[in-house]
Amino acid sequence: MNTELFGVIITFFLSVLLAFPLGKYIAKVFKGERTITDFMNPLERLIFRFSGVDPAEGMNWKQFLKAMLSINMLWFVYAFFALIFQNKLPLNPDGNPGQTPDLAFNTAISFLVNCNLQHYSGETGLTYFTQLFVVTFLQFVSAATGIAALVAVFNGLKDKNTDNLGNFWAILVRSITRILLPLSLVMGIILAFNGTPSGFDGKDTITTLQGDTVQVSRGPAAGMIAIKQLGTNGGGWFGANSAHPLENPNYFTNIIETIAIILTPMALVFALGFYINRKKLAYVIFGVMTFLCVLFIGLNVYFETKGNPAIDKMGIAQHIGSMEGKEIRFGSAATALWSVVTTSSSNGSVNGMHDSLTPLSGGILLLDMMINALYGGVGVGLLNYYIFIIIAVFISGLMVGRTPEFMGHKVEAREVKIATLVWLLTAFLVKAGTAMAAYMAAHHPDLAWSVNPSAWLNNPSYHGFSEMLYEFTSANANNGSGFEGLSDNNIFWNVTTGFVLILARYIPIIGPVAIAGLLANKKFIPESPGTLRTDSITFGAMTLAIIVVVNALSFFPALALGPLAEYFSIK
Amino acid sequence: MKIFLVSIKLTLILIIICAGLFPLTVALVGKLAPGRGKGEIITVKGKVVGYANVGQKFTADKYFWSRPSAVDYNAAGSAGSNKGPTNPRYLETVEDRIDSFLVHNPGIKRGEVPAELVTASGSGLDPDISPASAYVQVKRVAAVRGLSEAKLKSLVDAHVEKPLLGILGPSKVNVLKLNVALEELR
Repeated sequence: MNTELFGVIITFFLSVLLAFPLGKYIAKVFKGERTITDFMNPLERLIFRFSGVDPAEGMNWKQFLKAMLSINMLWFVYAFFALIFQNKLPLNPDGNPGQTPDLAFNTAISFLVNCNLQHYSGETGLTYFTQLFVVTFLQFVSAATGIAALVAVFNGLKDKNTDNLGNFWAILVRSITRILLPLSLVMGIILAFNGTPSGFDGKDTITTLQGDTVQVSRGPAAGMIAIKQLGTNGGGWFGANSAHPLENPNYFTNIIETIAIILTPMALVFALGFYINRKKLAYVIFGVMTFLCVLFIGLNVYFETKGNPAIDKMGIAQHIGSMEGKEIRFGSAATALWSVVTTSSSNGSVNGMHDSLTPLSGGILLLDMMINALYGGVGVGLLNYYIFIIIAVFISGLMVGRTPEFMGHKVEAREVKIATLVWLLTAFLVKAGTAMAAYMAAHHPDLAWSVNPSAWLNNPSYHGFSEMLYEFTSANANNGSGFEGLSDNNIFWNVTTGFVLILARYIPIIGPVAIAGLLANKKFIPESPGTLRTDSITFGAMTLAIIVVVNALSFFPALALGPLAEYFSIK
Repeated sequence: MKIFLVSIKLTLILIIICAGLFPLTVALVGKLAPGRGKGEIITVKGKVVGYANVGQKFTADKYFWSRPSAVDYNAAGSAGSNKGPTNPRYLETVEDRIDSFLVHNPGIKRGEVPAELVTASGSGLDPDISPASAYVQVKRVAAVRGLSEAKLKSLVDAHVEKPLLGILGPSKVNVLKLNVALEELR
């Protein structure tokens, strides 16, 4: 058991160690300074010339958002039709069918918004064409969209007074050529050399040693798995995601894949400090995020290694923890670590089944996704944290009786309204969605959808409620993991979570970018002794308190009905 | 309008790079990897018996068993049971598996049955069992095959894979490799 715990500690430690230099590098890339990837320059020039982009042309916040939303809309239409007609397109060695319109709607959106909810199973629900030309493509560009939005906010913070948040196209392209593509190439090759398939061969049929005939799904998976980990996407090649022995073959790849989940989100926090030259601010933010994240990791590792009390009661030997839904080569501790970092970061890939975690571990994952700002999704995690900062600045300002300021700009009614609305949306989407689903399951169990509401849940009672709560929380956090026992491939879940995905992606991007644009337009007020310092530990603690209080107020009742009730039922 | 034109062109070229060139590069380099990018296979006397990393169903008494699987070890798909920890029907299933294990393994006490051997894996394709799960089956396999327990124990010893670098992660036993070696013992 000790080597398992040690593995967890080393993995987390390595993540921080690697994220720091990566953050420094990312800041350099977007400042336009010289970096080791300057050999990408000709490729970028080619891309810009081909698509008619002038990378030096600045954009104000409205132009920036317009460009972002336009290209995102185009991607959606492209993905939707490709998924419906995938059976008629090439690269389909297993002869998989096209997706139904409601499933294609959900799938297209969920990859577009960096969520990867996956109401299908990779082995049968997609073809190699859509795995690569829809899924892998969107995994790159949706992550790059998140980074671009964040860099826009960085630009708003950097200058004392500016209209220019940068060129969306240029930032999008460079996020791919300088960050995501090089990292994915290295990682994809590491995976390929550790046993993940990378060739285009279709399913294999074999006779096992015992004499059973089975098939083995394969495909060009290694590269896709790299970007799904690095871009906080999370949607796996195979149905079982990184629990699948071909998607994550051994403990070494598990360390690499775990690090890849939080590497970029952590690095972007450091990048903030280097980019706007306020390192202390970045360290304070990183400290708050790490404090909560490590606390959650500690709790989940404890609960999972301790095992399921209901199994203990049977009098058998539960020495290596609760192993239902987990793989022997990772063990319970590494699976607990993964479960927390994947919900912290809006990645949503899994290396064990969350539905089978012990009750409080499942509850912590829910809470983690409700906060959705502990490192968070690439780019968007820090944007969510930015919302908490604005609220914290406002409340602190009220407490000391001063006009709230952030980075030399007055935070006024308009900005606070935007921040509050963004936050309230989260609480609304999660709870309204779950309420609606629970109502359907309880009062209309026999509706003739492809799966009757009475058959949605894989587990009865409190845990069944958690399955529905988890699905909407995951959709709202653009996370993509699930309590996968839920039968979610039917019109209710495909459509409702589809809309939650759209709203919960774009409004939390539009809000912060707009706030950053509005603030950067205001008169700069130099710091004075009376200024509330946002890079102090005190303010960090204040933000932490805001995060805890706001989330507790919004979500405690829901958590009490699900995981907490389940926990007390087996005490 | 200009935005849409830029969007379309940029999308085209990014698709070529991210969905075309990138996976092709990984596929080409992957040709050099063990298994040549198709997955590593295990052969016995020239006959393919399985993939090293993909678990197989072993239910006969003469083999070391693998863990329960929600997809019956057919790697055409993959899934966990997704049963919650307090689900009464799930707990009954586990009870049944314990009973069945005890029937097939006379002389083993209830307290010796490893929980991981009666609970399903995340992928349904777990290629490994814990060392404890292998040792607890030695008595049965030895009896069925008419081999000495000491000999089988040392076979298992030889197949226990230590943690990464000796310090990171759990120890494990690859069931297929163990059973292939077991067949060769004769």
